[in-house]
Amino acid sequence: MRHTISLTVANEYGMLARVAGLFSARGYQIDSLCVAPLLNDELSRMTITTHGNDQIIEQIIKQLEKLVKVYEVHDLTKDAHVERQMVLLTVNAAMGEQRQEVLSLVEIFRAKVVDVSTDAFIIEMTGSAEKVEALIDLLKPIGIRDLVRTGTVAMTRVAAIKARQAKYDEEETFSELTLNEKV
Amino acid sequence: MKYRGARIFLEALRCEGIDAVFGYPGGAVLHIYDEIGKCGTELGIKHYLVRHEQAALFAAAGYAQATGKTGVALVTSGPGGTNAVTGITNAFMDSLPIVVFTGQVPTHLIGMDAFQEADLTGMTRSCTKHNYLVKKVEDLAPIVKEAFYVANSGRPGPVLVDLPKDVTAAVTDFNYPEIVDVPSYKPQVYGDPKQIRRAVAAMMKAKRPVLYIGGGAITAGANEEVRLLAEKLNLPTTCTLMGLGGFPASHPLSLGMLGMHGGYWTNMAVNNSDLLISIGARFDDRVTGKLDEFAKDAKIIHVDIDPSNIGKNVKTDIPIVGDARTVTKQLLTELANQLEAGETIADKSEWHQQIADWKEQHPFWFHQDGDIIKPQYVIKELHRLTDGKAVVSADVGQHQMWTAQLYGFDNPRNWLNSGGLGAMGYGFPAGMGAAVARPGETCVAVVGDGGFQMTLMELATIKQYNIPIKVLVINNGFLGMVRQWQEQFYAHNYSQSDIAVQPDFVKLAQAYGVPAFRAEKVSEVTSTLQEALNTPGPALIEMKVAREENVFPIVPAGAALKDMILQ
Ligand SMILES: Cc1cc2nc3c(=O)[nH]c(=O)nc-3n(C[C@H](O)[C@H](O)[C@H](O)COP(=O)(O)OP(=O)(O)OC[C@H]3O[C@@H](n4cnc5c(N)ncnc54)[C@H](O)[C@@H]3O)c2cc1C
Ligand SMILES: Cc1ncc(C[n+]2csc(CCOP(=O)(O)OP(=O)(O)O)c2C)c(N)n1
Repeated sequence: MRHTISLTVANEYGMLARVAGLFSARGYQIDSLCVAPLLNDELSRMTITTHGNDQIIEQIIKQLEKLVKVYEVHDLTKDAHVERQMVLLTVNAAMGEQRQEVLSLVEIFRAKVVDVSTDAFIIEMTGSAEKVEALIDLLKPIGIRDLVRTGTVAMTRVAAIKARQAKYDEEETFSELTLNEKV
Repeated sequence: MKYRGARIFLEALRCEGIDAVFGYPGGAVLHIYDEIGKCGTELGIKHYLVRHEQAALFAAAGYAQATGKTGVALVTSGPGGTNAVTGITNAFMDSLPIVVFTGQVPTHLIGMDAFQEADLTGMTRSCTKHNYLVKKVEDLAPIVKEAFYVANSGRPGPVLVDLPKDVTAAVTDFNYPEIVDVPSYKPQVYGDPKQIRRAVAAMMKAKRPVLYIGGGAITAGANEEVRLLAEKLNLPTTCTLMGLGGFPASHPLSLGMLGMHGGYWTNMAVNNSDLLISIGARFDDRVTGKLDEFAKDAKIIHVDIDPSNIGKNVKTDIPIVGDARTVTKQLLTELANQLEAGETIADKSEWHQQIADWKEQHPFWFHQDGDIIKPQYVIKELHRLTDGKAVVSADVGQHQMWTAQLYGFDNPRNWLNSGGLGAMGYGFPAGMGAAVARPGETCVAVVGDGGFQMTLMELATIKQYNIPIKVLVINNGFLGMVRQWQEQFYAHNYSQSDIAVQPDFVKLAQAYGVPAFRAEKVSEVTSTLQEALNTPGPALIEMKVAREENVFPIVPAGAALKDMILQ
């Protein structure tokens, strides 16, 4: 099954290589990966989409958590979340009917034309992976000259974060317990 | 106080309480060596000049394995670092706390294919717990502090710190941080009380339990707690190769080692258990054999500080993430509570009887008949003459397995070997590191004639520093373990495993100025061993042993434990 994993990591030299290296060394797949700094420049967020059975996903998460400079790892797939990709497409748009057809698709998909020439457009669109796929499928017959697509970025929905935090607080309390040494 | 980086490095080691560094100089670390020459002694740091960087890492690992303290190695850039990689990987696989400092070309030359440049942080990312490149001298002290903390906390492991030459030359104020806080790294020490309660309930109910102790119990210093747990619950207890000494071999509840070369009774007990309680072990494939057939009827309790090791190979019923000692204490407390509340422990007399029967059917065996020395006999004699109290390191191969099976370790940290990586060449330098760490104790390195030849240049080191390690060469003229597999699984085709062309080990040691002894007949074993053990300082003993002896039992690679071959 496909999983979207979100990591908060130190924004430092070699961090991407550590994460990518972990995947390749242990034979896990990275389907897509996005990384950029957070508000606080010392941290970055990586979003990785990967796939595997439950045992593999559990190992991936535990191994990522083990990296010394990884702060947090969440499998977003477990909770309600939003996912977005962005795509840039250069498509044929000859004057006349073809141009109109492309523009109407742009409209329907709430995409944007960001560059115009006599016979082509560059179109930008953000959306779920499925939506991106759908647009690509529809533009294919018209002629896609070039395509570049980001990996997925994703965020847990606010309500789901609250629920997660509540559960986490409950689990954490035991570590505060002092030991009653009866040994 | 303002110092240059090289001095800051040494001051930082002093602050960490480091008394021994194993290393080898070269261009990129010459500022450091300059400071070692000037103030090493004053700072209480003794540098041991090894004769190959791999040995520096193995010696640091032996030092760590024999004490629990962090071992330190220092090597130069490029080839110094690449020579160290095997040693780093060994420490990674066996969870040993070492910090290795590598020289690096000056920062402005990094990436220029400079002389002796190698991307050491890149190369070692997958075989270190963490690694650092120090980019400016101001970062040096905080990074060293963090490196030592990371190496020897949680699940220990090797940490590499790459030191560009200009960083060790640059000057700054020296302030050693008092505390270290790595917010992204917080090993969990306490076990979840819910799981502790479940575990104790299962342990009290079990009729056929086995306690399975690994290297993590030794790391945690959990011996006393483990022994109490075993005694209070009357648990038959086995140790992994890395866990030997974690539970006394001479204890009536001891089952010895399990796994590929474990006892028949031990593997039978594990495989027929209804509850397997693992403390600080990682269900390695040399332990489990074929996973589908491993302890099929057993519930599994797994205590480990590294969550990624729980559920990795076998399905775990009761996972407990935490430190082995702390968790075992928690288990004991909960047990006491349960007993107070009137709960009782299931009777296990039938189980103990069954295990005793298995042991009687197929104990470890060897026949010392005739004049030819059997290697197993040598290990037994070594045990007798050292009263089972020596610090013993082994290399990799048959002699390692015989030592593991027959020496009988009663105490933790007296047994050093390369289990996870199985790196030949480990035994001798590791024993050297242990002898440095534990002065005044008898230290013996049991090595094969093959593996010894991978690091024997360290004879010069033990001579130079008069390190009292006794090297016991079990010479069968073969890469014995390979030969055994070829005999058993490749129809006696001894392809490239005959190493009868070899130096005269006694003369060789003597050439290095190390006293050496040889035994060729059974009658000479005891006196030769005794003579070497009585020799102050280093010594070498060559035992010419039977050439084609095999290690039994053996579970063929990939087979189930129950399918072990007994003879
Ligand atoms: C020729 C050869 C033959 C071998 N045959 C056998 C054999 O027959 N039997 C055998 O057992 N092995 C054998 N081995 C060794 C085997 O390859 C493994 O190295 C070994 O089984 C691992 O031991 P372990 O499970 O105790 O784990 P270790 O490698 O010692 O790992 C320690 C475990 O404890 C955890 N840990 C660390 N610190 C703590 C702490 N403070 N608290 C809690 N947990 C902690 C770690 O996370 C890890 O899971 C052989 C090796 C060689 C080279
Ligand atoms: C560096 C390295 N190379 C190869 C091996 C594979 N190997 C494992 S045991 C062994 C033979 C060891 O022979 P020897 O040192 O003579 O010991 P013996 O088995 O005879 O006791 C070999 C080659 C290894 N473990 N390590």
